[in-house]
Amino acid sequence: MSVRVVFASRSSRVGAALCAAGFVALVAAPMWGGRDDLQLLSEIYAYVALASLWNLLAGYAGLVSVGQEAYVGLGAYLLFAFAILGGISPLWAIPLAGAVAAGVAIPVAALVFRLRGHYFAIGTWIVAEVFRLLASQVAVLGGGSGTSLPAAMIIGIAPSRQARDFLEYWIALALVAAIVAFIVLLLRSRYGLALKAIRDNELAARCNGIDVTRTKVLVYIVTAFGTAMIGAQIFLQKLRISPDAAFSVNDWTAFVIFITVIGGIGRIEGPIIGTVVFFLLRQTLADLGTLYLMMLGLVAILVMLAAPKGIWGLIVERLGWQVFPLERRVVFDERSAAAE
Amino acid sequence: MQNLSEKSRPLLAVRALDAFYDDFQALFGVSMEVAAGEAVAVIGANGAGKSALLKSIAGLLRARPDAVVFDGVNIGGMPAHAVAARGIALVPEGRGLFASLNVEENLLIGGQLGRPGPWNLPQVYELFPVLAERRALPSTALSGGQQQMVALGRALMSNPKLLLCDELSLGLAPIVVRDIYARLPAILSHGTSIVVVEQDVVQALKAAQRIYCLQEGRVALCGAAKELTREQIAAAYFGV
Amino acid sequence: MEWINVILQGVLVGGLYAMFAAGLSLIFGVMRLVNIAHGDLIVLAAYLALVTTETLGIGPLTSLIVVVPLMALIGYALQPLVLNRTLGDDLLPPLLVTFGLSVIIQNGLLSLFTADSLKLQAGDIEVATIRLVDGVYVGVLPLLQFVVAVAVIAALQFVFYRTALGRAFRATADDPAVAQLMGLDNRHVFALAMAASLAVVAIAGVFLAVRANFDPTQGPSRLIFGFEAVIIGGLGSLWGTFAGGLLLGVAQAIGAHLDPGWQILAGHIAFLIVLAVRPAGLFPKVRT
Repeated sequence: MSVRVVFASRSSRVGAALCAAGFVALVAAPMWGGRDDLQLLSEIYAYVALASLWNLLAGYAGLVSVGQEAYVGLGAYLLFAFAILGGISPLWAIPLAGAVAAGVAIPVAALVFRLRGHYFAIGTWIVAEVFRLLASQVAVLGGGSGTSLPAAMIIGIAPSRQARDFLEYWIALALVAAIVAFIVLLLRSRYGLALKAIRDNELAARCNGIDVTRTKVLVYIVTAFGTAMIGAQIFLQKLRISPDAAFSVNDWTAFVIFITVIGGIGRIEGPIIGTVVFFLLRQTLADLGTLYLMMLGLVAILVMLAAPKGIWGLIVERLGWQVFPLERRVVFDERSAAAE
Repeated sequence: MQNLSEKSRPLLAVRALDAFYDDFQALFGVSMEVAAGEAVAVIGANGAGKSALLKSIAGLLRARPDAVVFDGVNIGGMPAHAVAARGIALVPEGRGLFASLNVEENLLIGGQLGRPGPWNLPQVYELFPVLAERRALPSTALSGGQQQMVALGRALMSNPKLLLCDELSLGLAPIVVRDIYARLPAILSHGTSIVVVEQDVVQALKAAQRIYCLQEGRVALCGAAKELTREQIAAAYFGV
Repeated sequence: MEWINVILQGVLVGGLYAMFAAGLSLIFGVMRLVNIAHGDLIVLAAYLALVTTETLGIGPLTSLIVVVPLMALIGYALQPLVLNRTLGDDLLPPLLVTFGLSVIIQNGLLSLFTADSLKLQAGDIEVATIRLVDGVYVGVLPLLQFVVAVAVIAALQFVFYRTALGRAFRATADDPAVAQLMGLDNRHVFALAMAASLAVVAIAGVFLAVRANFDPTQGPSRLIFGFEAVIIGGLGSLWGTFAGGLLLGVAQAIGAHLDPGWQILAGHIAFLIVLAVRPAGLFPKVRT
């Protein structure tokens, strides 16, 4: 009797079809959307990407980081540094910033991995604070009050404002698509299986020959790479950077965590749903200012206490759906069994 | 008239107890009785459900309220700290000593409840003199047998009416096991009834007046230790 | 002389940091819970002191009589209401719930009190100084606060290692299930631990309010200082945490002396150096 491992299920095939259709519509957005729509969509893409990466780190590798804003800010500052000091085109500067940030992540990992669990979380926060304080010491990039992208560089991206808008929109879409696709492929691979094993039972994973530490460090570095690129792209669109904005705990960690928790940790669909819910709440309630933030905090607490697996987790439990085919199912081949 | 019914009422009555570890059912309708002043042994192979039985009585596993009746009161499903307050002390499997506490502190915390009775620190040290010598050592620095004594002494410090012992002999050399079991008569004579769960059948038969044998979550045999034959016990133990 | 003063100031403020840290490590020791809202609770205590002094017309140090029991009560209620249900092996729920709590407290304070920086006045005691040796002066208030910090740590140490309550804390931390067999109700023990932690937080908060300006957004940095003190000093030892606080204070003082903008960064660097060279901390308690 032969055995195959299969990923797709009926719901995932339906989901894949819907995704493909949706993706085409989004690529064509410059045709049907105005400037505001494109900017809103770009923001949504950025958050989906950030949340998916955080989800990979915390939900799959078990590394709960409260300091990913370190890489958002680092990526953004590297982009501005490359543009202003190196004259490098922002388009190339994005992946370059990602690569340099990944390099920085290596010694950072060496330090913070000495801490475990909750302490690891706060350690990552301190690293982000160090980055922020160092950034405000760099006078060339505006010190504490920050700086803007020079006009010459802006023109260099594309001749007209509309062309720039379209280009930056497609970059944002390309980045999030690449990141989500990468995560799906990673999880379907051997590494994905290793991550799931580590998540479920680290000791047992070790006993099965998985190099747990190396896997975790790799995930940390890869996440830093992606996060930095998103950070670069976000601030490229904003055209202006400052330490407090680039390394904001609220914007790049609190909201991201909120999105992932509400949507569902440890599942790919979670961050996407969470982002949608987050933006719905924001569009309707943001005028309330501090009250809005308090409500976000309250919702996060309630979800954590009542539905720790998030919205998508509930859906999976009740209905067994999956959009991204990740669940491995073993299929026994009946025909060859009968032939034996 | 009241005295008569109190005397004939068992100290502990387990009635048709079912026990679950999450979705897995460990006990199926188990019934058992322990009279005041008695020593009862529960034997059975690994996985027979012996620990589940003690945990259900002690309140660590959920049960129907009337599935466990102690001193005439339904205690099934009560939280463990409430059950302990009523006079049931469990010596957990594997000793369960507190690593941050030294020997004397482990004993003292056993007396946290402050229940009245014959057992106090000097009495426990008299029962286990070797512990008095090691009172300030961390509990983890003791040998397996000595740790078992600490666990037993700790349970006694709460002056329980009923002492539950889960696998006292686990991981210990036979001579050490005999040494510990030799203390049980003293405990009985001070007014505490005992239930021992044991894999060591010989030791169980020597220590207890009555035996229950569990097999795959059910009572396969019960009777007086003196009256049961080797063959009967083997048959019930292995389920042949 | 100048450097002696710098280090002395660092040591004195280090006492305050040690108090920030003590409440944090108490909770982690008993419940394996890191309270991300810890710093915000310190700031909350400062605001409670503000309200108390204004409505009752008493001095800040006297307000301790009200603020400490009030915060302890809040801690006792907070635990069963919110935090008990997050305890377990998974570290995400308590982390996220306390994170949410932090956001709520910060924004609640912002909406009630605005972002204005405030400070409590303690009167003449604030400017009084004592001359230790020629050229070396120490403020009475910082000295008082240092002495209180020592007293608080000594009191915690006493409770933990010489009382039945301390035994209950340690036993429940070791093995919550077996602790129940001793008749200890875990929920009650945890609630008491949280109450104790917040009582310490209250003292720290009042001293913070008198010492320097405070505003609703200062919580996270207090948490970080407390955390750094715990790591520098070493896990599991209250006096180690105290030493860690002192070292952090000194590092910050040295940094500030070189350049005011480097004060906090100097503290972070000291923390990172200890993490790199002695990850277990400088005075860890070795468990057999």
